[in-house]
Amino acid sequence: MTGDAPAGAFALAPWFLLGYLALALAAPTLSRLWGRGALIASAVLPAATTAWAAAQIPHVLDGGAASTSVSWVPTLSLDIDLRLDALSMIMTLVIAGIGTLVLLYSARYFPPDDDGAGRYTGSLIAFAGAMLGLVWADNLILLVIFWELTGLLSYILIAHRTGKRSARMAASQALMVTTAGGLAMLVGVVMLGVTAGTFTLSQIIANPPSGPLITTAILLMIVGGISKSAIVPFQFWLPGAMAAPTPASAYLHAATMVKAGIYLFARLAPAFAVLPLWQPLLMTLGGGTLLFGAVIALRQRDLKLLLAYGTVSQLGLMTVLIGCGNPDALLGGMAVLIAHATFKAPLFFVVGIIDTSTGTRDLTRLSGLRRTMPTVAIMATLAAVSMAGIPPMIGFAAKEAGYAGLLDGGTAGAIGTAVMAVGSALTVAYSARFLWGAFADKQIAGPAPAQGAPGQRRSRTPDASVDTMPPTRPSPTSPWMTGPTLLLVILGLVLGVWPTLLEPLLQSYAQTAGPTHEDAMGLWHGFNPALVLSVAGWLVGAAVFFAQRARERRSEIARPGGEPGAGYRATLKGVNVLAVGTTAVTQRGSLPVSLGAILLVLVAFPGTMLLRAGTGPADLEVLGEPAELILSLVILGLAVATARVRRGLTAVMLVGGVGYSMAVLFILRGAPDLALTQILVETVTLIAALLVLTRLPDTALYSSHGGNGFRLAIALAAGALMTALALIIPGTRVGTPVSADLAGPAVQFGGGKNIVNVILVDVRAWDTYGEVTVLIAAATGVASLIFIVRRTGRAPRRPTVMADPVQPRQPSPWLATNWVPRRSLLLEVVTRMIFHVIVVFSVYVLFVGHDAPGGGFAAGLIVGLALTLRYIAGGAFELGEAAPIDPGILMGIGLLIASATAVYGLIAGGDALQSTILSGTVPVLGDLKFVTSSIFDIGVYFIVIGLVLDVLRSLGAELDRQGVLERAESTSSAGRKESGRYGSAPRASRQGTRR
Amino acid sequence: MTSNLVLAVTIGGLFACGIYLMLSRNLIRVLLGFLLAGHAVNLLLLSSGTGGVAPIVGEAKNGEPVADPIPQALILTSIVIGLAVSTFLLAMAYRNYQVTREPEIADDLEDSEYAGSDPSGGDE
Repeated sequence: MTGDAPAGAFALAPWFLLGYLALALAAPTLSRLWGRGALIASAVLPAATTAWAAAQIPHVLDGGAASTSVSWVPTLSLDIDLRLDALSMIMTLVIAGIGTLVLLYSARYFPPDDDGAGRYTGSLIAFAGAMLGLVWADNLILLVIFWELTGLLSYILIAHRTGKRSARMAASQALMVTTAGGLAMLVGVVMLGVTAGTFTLSQIIANPPSGPLITTAILLMIVGGISKSAIVPFQFWLPGAMAAPTPASAYLHAATMVKAGIYLFARLAPAFAVLPLWQPLLMTLGGGTLLFGAVIALRQRDLKLLLAYGTVSQLGLMTVLIGCGNPDALLGGMAVLIAHATFKAPLFFVVGIIDTSTGTRDLTRLSGLRRTMPTVAIMATLAAVSMAGIPPMIGFAAKEAGYAGLLDGGTAGAIGTAVMAVGSALTVAYSARFLWGAFADKQIAGPAPAQGAPGQRRSRTPDASVDTMPPTRPSPTSPWMTGPTLLLVILGLVLGVWPTLLEPLLQSYAQTAGPTHEDAMGLWHGFNPALVLSVAGWLVGAAVFFAQRARERRSEIARPGGEPGAGYRATLKGVNVLAVGTTAVTQRGSLPVSLGAILLVLVAFPGTMLLRAGTGPADLEVLGEPAELILSLVILGLAVATARVRRGLTAVMLVGGVGYSMAVLFILRGAPDLALTQILVETVTLIAALLVLTRLPDTALYSSHGGNGFRLAIALAAGALMTALALIIPGTRVGTPVSADLAGPAVQFGGGKNIVNVILVDVRAWDTYGEVTVLIAAATGVASLIFIVRRTGRAPRRPTVMADPVQPRQPSPWLATNWVPRRSLLLEVVTRMIFHVIVVFSVYVLFVGHDAPGGGFAAGLIVGLALTLRYIAGGAFELGEAAPIDPGILMGIGLLIASATAVYGLIAGGDALQSTILSGTVPVLGDLKFVTSSIFDIGVYFIVIGLVLDVLRSLGAELDRQGVLERAESTSSAGRKESGRYGSAPRASRQGTRR
Repeated sequence: MTSNLVLAVTIGGLFACGIYLMLSRNLIRVLLGFLLAGHAVNLLLLSSGTGGVAPIVGEAKNGEPVADPIPQALILTSIVIGLAVSTFLLAMAYRNYQVTREPEIADDLEDSEYAGSDPSGGDE
């Protein structure tokens, strides 16, 4: 293989891929603006791709190639390495060329008001891009990524009619089968890449490694290929995929995606066809598929399914040819691939035209279309002639090349020739049957219509049994649909008459595997075995067709057998049974049981491991400092009391006590930041818990399954395990802690003296970033649970529901508002005096946090407490006045600030969230120092304020409102009972409450 | 490093009480248990580092030992996340009560139905 030429025009390839992505994303909008015109406009991109690729044909001939690369994730050996050689060129022309025509055709296939057109357009364009990426990828992992992308987009396109259950089932079946194969392929790819030491495909093909690992890897990649190309035993998903709109079927399930597997075989064959398993495996599976697909195609009544099984059969033929592996057979395989694209796509187009203009694809219901749709009939005939391998169409030359290749392939080739001959004869038969089914005059005949087949619904009189069916009357067809069909048929004709046009490209590919014979592609090779086989095929095929017709005249038109994919469904059912069985055993639906099971596992496995390891505490200190001893006793006492009390408010107070004791312990252990935060958090938690508990009945802690021994045993065992762990952990730390070296860098790079704060906003800032997003998620969750109708918004500033509608009271002179019935003057005055002081203090804590205890968390919680004070003193509306802002907006601003700091670190030439220290001298204020991580802390500050505000708004203000509403409802319904006998409406009931 | 028996027993005790409460069907008790277990985890983290003078540059004079700042940073994160989770649990407990008018959480019907259901599975 010669070295790659400089990229030249191919350097544009990544831009093309980007273009497909951008156009796919824009497609829904374009579709809304221009309707079906968007499909026509979108066709410009694949058309440009075709022209651009065709212009590069000279560069890829005679082993030439162009490559280009964009660095992506070098550490994973994953770069966007793209390469264009003869094989990729053939695929590129098929993908982009047919893609253009499919888009044009689709523009009239869908009715003007089709609401799925935007999604369809986007998916189809994205698919074209992914498929191009697949054939350009020179990196194995990149290949797998594009491979899976095509599968996903195929899923979306098959399930286009989302309302149809059968379409969704077919889509998921196709996805499961191809993805399962794709996963096997991924394993193979990784094995291949790791063994070869490179993931670059062209290098692996140039110097193929060998060994049992490689054989396994190639076997796994073959599994991926046959699942994608619907080769036996995976053939069943392709007929199901016909649920897709017909142009999508023509594109994905005939012309391109199903050929990804063939492409993969063709790519690997020059290097790996010598492996002993290659030839027998691929030729057996391919041969089986060739015959199976052709036989089943003869039994179909749905024209589209007939074509689908024909595709399965043809894919089998390509696999036989590439499986044979000699250079001439490879050439034949690719020739069949091109020919298949040029005749199968227009045949699908024809079925689409028949379907849209007559409303059916059932061959038993179509009659006389050859007279009512003559143009379509001519085009279909030419395409079917190509499919049958009859001159002057390209199908003939391709099949001749295939025969020539197999005849050159030794013993295996001889067997392959026999299979191909039988398969070709059957192909002739189903091609003829397609034409007969679509266009011929049918006779009303056959058994009673009670059989239930859709084609048998016509009523008939007993003596009319040999009448010709009236010709089906089609509606007119748009030139946008016939045009692309005609173009492809003409292309098939031109290439059929001058097949040498394809010779250079095909030879360039085949010669990568070894020397080939010249003039492989020709209309006339003289009287040779290939021609004899072809002619025999036509005759036998015609005989099969007429024999089947004769039999059908005697009985009834053949009907398809059972739905394919029984093995798949059995597997799926088996997995379901296993999953439900496992779920039934492990998930009993009881919270305590589930939690108990987890804890039992914890005690049983890590616990026994701990005992068996026999690690004791390294250096045990029994009592430690007296203050710690006393605090520990207090904490333990409070904890045990919490577990025993039955009153909710008492329990919450006791837990609060544990929290405050913890804060003191933190101070003793040299953690002032923790102590500060713990006290603030404990207070907020306590208030939130009290807000909720006061609205629950006094039996809130009641438990019908009181303390039983089992719970106690699990709890004690887990506690003992944790004690053991706490004793062992310190002893296992033998190295010097990293933190020993943090002091210097904290000041130098972090610009702060408080090491804990520097860790939070600089060293581990990403973790903090993740943490604040959790805070936002939790706040949103709280609001969603409490607000039944809508979650966003700020606390109300004016009453929406009055506690006492009769006597609106005067607002407090101390606060902005006060509508609370029971007011505390003292609380109002204190709140008035300290609220603003607290807020200012919080700003101080925020900025001092970098050097002293404090920081964004603590400062935010302080503001939160100030707001809590306003709420407690003045109620819900006071809260609305104090913070007249949607907490969601507040948290959004905070997150925006934090994100901006992260990005700034990148822009400033460092890592994300890296700090920059700014300092300078300002008049009056003196030397000032400012670290960018302080801005990050400001973001945290806003988010924490938002969290507390959201909690107050939900658990406080909203629960107040709901409580008032409930009371109003209950009193009014009580009132209504009393006043009901006077027949008065709610107005009277309000009167009732006035008493 | 030295282990401290008193601290270890406190950690175990907090865990035991917390887990005992969490094994209840009553969501408020579960919340209380969660808070106690949270304190236990924080203590466990704290016990994995050395104590000493606050880890603020310039605080330690005469070479006194400085507390390990890394467990402190971890605990700080844990405390704040604990606040978020406990308010969420509170809201859940309240909502459960609002809907069912029962303080206890009942067995999940969907799950218990599975236990006795026909295992041939769903449609897809």
